[in-house]
Amino acid sequence: MTTATAHAQKDQSQAELERRMLRQMLLIRHFEEKAAEAYALGKIGGFCHLYIGQEAVAVGSLAALLDDDYVISSYREHGQALVRGISAGAVMAELFGKATGCSKGKGGSMHLFDAAKRFMGGHGIVGGHIPLGAGIGFGIKYKGGDQVCLCYFGEAAVNIGAFHETLNMASVYHLPVIFCCENNRYGMGTAFERVAAVTDVAEHACSYDMAAELVNGMDALAVYAATQRAVERARKGGHPTLLEVRTYRFMGHSMSDPLHGVYRTKDEVEEQKKRDPISQLALKLKEEGALDQAGLDALDAEVRAEVEEAVKFADESPDPDPGELTTHVVAD
Amino acid sequence: MPTLTYRDALNQALREEMQRDANVFLMGEEVGVYQGAYKVSRGLLEEFGPMRVVDTPIAELGFAGIGVGAAMVGLRPVIEFMTWNFAVLALDQIVNSAAKLLYESGGQLPIPIVFRGPNGAALQLGAQHSQAWESWLSHIPGLKVVAPATPADAKGLLKSAIRDNNPVIVLEGEMLYNTKGEVPEGEYVVPIGRADVKRAGRDVTLICHSKTVTVALKAAEQLAEQEGVSAEVVDLRSLRPLDEAAITASVAKTNRAVVVEEGWPHCGIGAQVVDVIQREAFDHLDAPVLRVTQADVPMPYNRQLERLAKPSPDKVVAAARRVLYLD
Repeated sequence: MTTATAHAQKDQSQAELERRMLRQMLLIRHFEEKAAEAYALGKIGGFCHLYIGQEAVAVGSLAALLDDDYVISSYREHGQALVRGISAGAVMAELFGKATGCSKGKGGSMHLFDAAKRFMGGHGIVGGHIPLGAGIGFGIKYKGGDQVCLCYFGEAAVNIGAFHETLNMASVYHLPVIFCCENNRYGMGTAFERVAAVTDVAEHACSYDMAAELVNGMDALAVYAATQRAVERARKGGHPTLLEVRTYRFMGHSMSDPLHGVYRTKDEVEEQKKRDPISQLALKLKEEGALDQAGLDALDAEVRAEVEEAVKFADESPDPDPGELTTHVVAD
Repeated sequence: MPTLTYRDALNQALREEMQRDANVFLMGEEVGVYQGAYKVSRGLLEEFGPMRVVDTPIAELGFAGIGVGAAMVGLRPVIEFMTWNFAVLALDQIVNSAAKLLYESGGQLPIPIVFRGPNGAALQLGAQHSQAWESWLSHIPGLKVVAPATPADAKGLLKSAIRDNNPVIVLEGEMLYNTKGEVPEGEYVVPIGRADVKRAGRDVTLICHSKTVTVALKAAEQLAEQEGVSAEVVDLRSLRPLDEAAITASVAKTNRAVVVEEGWPHCGIGAQVVDVIQREAFDHLDAPVLRVTQADVPMPYNRQLERLAKPSPDKVVAAARRVLYLD
């Protein structure tokens, strides 16, 4: 193979990766927009935390994983669930509380699960699932496997004791875990710098003798590259990594929260939207000549149709049978 | 049949289950090199190595959660708390993770994990180290709770707990670790959810569990000697699920009951037992059911005050006399 041919092939596979990432980000964006609509119509109840603005984090990091790796996340996990391969229909049906949802309608927006896809939840207590991520890593190591566990949480979870206890133990026990802190700057309505003495989350890794990296969370490819390095450390040597991925949520904390609220300005939100991870990647693909406007429009239409289909599926799916109330409380 | 201490019966159960299933491991503070704060894990590190007998930092929330995560991927962790007083720091993992994952995942993730350690007061350890947590833990759907009183039950129930596919709370007793009793060798399991009549009787039922079984048995002896009263002692052994049939059957026979527990009175285990009795044995009752509990105060340090605070055979005898209208 000539060098020129090799380069051409590499460029092509890189373009394919970027197109795939763009499609996944569009899927999350349109899925979340539809979820917001459905919430307003009363079809989704309870708490519903949207991922709009943060798409590059899930898409970039999950691209670095293999199918038998594990993923665990917080309650802002629709995006990760979709990228991990749970169908948009099964996720939307779960938000609708339907029997066909990925948790049979018993989990809801905050508790999406698909054990077969090694998506180990959606967890609702801030920081409460971080030890679970380490436990999954412990299980991998115990069985002598070469998988890794990717554990997502927001920056507000860093103030929780469980975060510090877990990072310490993950380092002491050499667990194959990537701790992915999605720093979107606000824990609900509280700016991180108002409640955190150390505002560079990555610095916490020093306390636990752990590798760390600060990553631009609006750039899916940067997230991908950093996660690849962390995965390599975990898979080869059982070394955990703390990634601090700087991102921003364009929506309120949850659907019951206004778009920008009193804790941040409209201008700040608008300014951040200029860093939109989707338009950035779309622009890059266009500049590389890998995608033109017609191609982008076609991709967008394809994704919108997929989301429409998901909503239709969720709408037409049945509620769980009343008998489901008392199943799955205890296992046989 | 060999006679063992409660501590060694637990040790035997752990060793046998770790030999039987490579997915079983023990994790907690001082379980390895130190051989266990109460020596329950003596010899296990040597036999099974550091991957299966895991010393932890003092971080109950963290290692309880690591246990639950390991159970999510098919291991069978046994998490030892140095005492249940410290496990309060881990309640989020027990209540919000272990107990709920099966349900909220729509049945995808069973959590086969054991949380165990000493529960209730020992001697003069003060308010923070002398608490009985069973009513808190038994409140939670998704958990099973057992509280063995004898070495044989300790072995049999711990083995059942380890084999169970659910989170099981095993409440031991610091004051029970040195007590001795006959323990069947090898395969011996006590099913979770079955009470045991520790002494048969006709006139009054004393319902108890864990350390209060000893209290009730002494009270039954006193009642027989001093009053000629025949008391039946029902050891609940499991607090969730509760053996409602055994409670009902005994009360239907004796028509009177006293419930004894180490916990505080308000919303205690005894309150739940009384609910069963009024619901299932109402027509059999010849007297209101009485309860003997710890005094409704934080545990005092002073020896005399502590004695006053705890359930005692005398308090049980007094309650039994009242339900028998002997006063």
